[in-house]
Amino acid sequence: MTKQPKLLTFLIVLSALLFITSIGLVFFYAPLEAVMNYVQKIFYFHIANAWVGMLGFLVAAAAGIFYLVKKDLKWDIVEVSAVEISLVFFFIAIVSGSIWARPTWGTWWTWDARLTTAAILEMIYVAYLMLRQGIDDPDRRARFGAVYTLVGALSVPLTFLSIRIWQTIHPAVIGVQSAGAQGGFGMTPPMLFTMLFSIFSFSVIFVTLLWIRVRLGHLTAQVDELKLKIAE
Amino acid sequence: MKNTPSITHASFLRAVFSIIWKDLAAELRSRELLSAMLIFALLVILIFNFALELTPSLRPAATPGILWVIFSFAGTLGLNRSMAQEKDRGCLDGLLLAPVDRSAIFFGKMIGNLVFMMIVEIIVLPVYSFLYNFNLFIPGLLLVVLLGSIGYAAVGTLLASMAVQARTRDILLPILLFPVIVPLLLAAVRASGGYLQGLGMDVIAPWLNLLVGYDIIFLAIAYMVFDYVVEE
Repeated sequence: MTKQPKLLTFLIVLSALLFITSIGLVFFYAPLEAVMNYVQKIFYFHIANAWVGMLGFLVAAAAGIFYLVKKDLKWDIVEVSAVEISLVFFFIAIVSGSIWARPTWGTWWTWDARLTTAAILEMIYVAYLMLRQGIDDPDRRARFGAVYTLVGALSVPLTFLSIRIWQTIHPAVIGVQSAGAQGGFGMTPPMLFTMLFSIFSFSVIFVTLLWIRVRLGHLTAQVDELKLKIAE
Repeated sequence: MKNTPSITHASFLRAVFSIIWKDLAAELRSRELLSAMLIFALLVILIFNFALELTPSLRPAATPGILWVIFSFAGTLGLNRSMAQEKDRGCLDGLLLAPVDRSAIFFGKMIGNLVFMMIVEIIVLPVYSFLYNFNLFIPGLLLVVLLGSIGYAAVGTLLASMAVQARTRDILLPILLFPVIVPLLLAAVRASGGYLQGLGMDVIAPWLNLLVGYDIIFLAIAYMVFDYVVEE
């Protein structure tokens, strides 16, 4: 478990290449949008980061369920890795969204369904990490983490639905007729391609980071075991 | 000696009632939980008087939010104390040794916490009505308070059982609880507001449905995972 697998090295290189290519696509390939001009270009990475943030949450919830069923601590390592990485990606999504929102909607923030749910999801991530920090026993920590991700995974869609019942001004993105909500825009094929490519790149980056973090988790567990052995 | 289903069923209910009775009896003697929750709730009403300018025209709109803030914070206090007492006095260990289903412990604690919350609510509602000359004894509102409290007690008991086993126990419960209780709070505030402002059932019904749905989902989840939270 000490030597870095070749596949991981390949993924790291691939992530870097994809990322650079995405930036190139965003600035040189995707056309300039009619109304919002350069500000609109934030959208490509914003969507990619938000997608990865949510994906990480699903991975964490699934890992939690696997842990509760199989009691194998490796699932716990996957879970905490997914949460840590998603925390950062989702935070980037929130900040980039705000930067986009200010010139477009005239406000940094609005309490519509998606944004409010995003803020709550971010807080659940932080609460999860604080819960783990307060518990020393690894088995208990794993169990509690799994229970909390499960509770969160059920609560977040309900939150989204409940605010959706209420109101929304978040723009609809996919589709030509989407300019109904404020700030919406129709996407031409090059834009669509750039967006999908960005999402793909960030997914690869997510998997790479997750793998690296999981390896770190395993090494940490090994170190803890060795420490216990020395103490005896 | 084989347990017939009826005997097992009765022993489950008996276990639940015993736990509720234990909590109520202990509380009747010491009164530390209820007095803390009650004084806190009354102080919060007082603070809101200075924080918000509650002119008669504003009262119908602002009251639901104020009420649910009071109930949430007093509820957190009660949940924390209730589970901390359980752990510190070693009662939880005793309960776990008893030959009852773990979920009976959950329901016993949850209903106990619910009863305490409702005692506080039963006192806060008339006090608020008195201080603001604003009648709160509308059947619809009482129903919403009940449904909201049930959901709050369910999720709260589950999360409090986890929080109390961590090092940062006092501050951890609100951090864990509030992000996941949002759909419930939102629905409760909207439904309360609907009843107080005399809005029609077509506006209130979705919120009532959400409340009931939330209660059922989280009662089920808490019932299923409580084992993982208390096992040693």
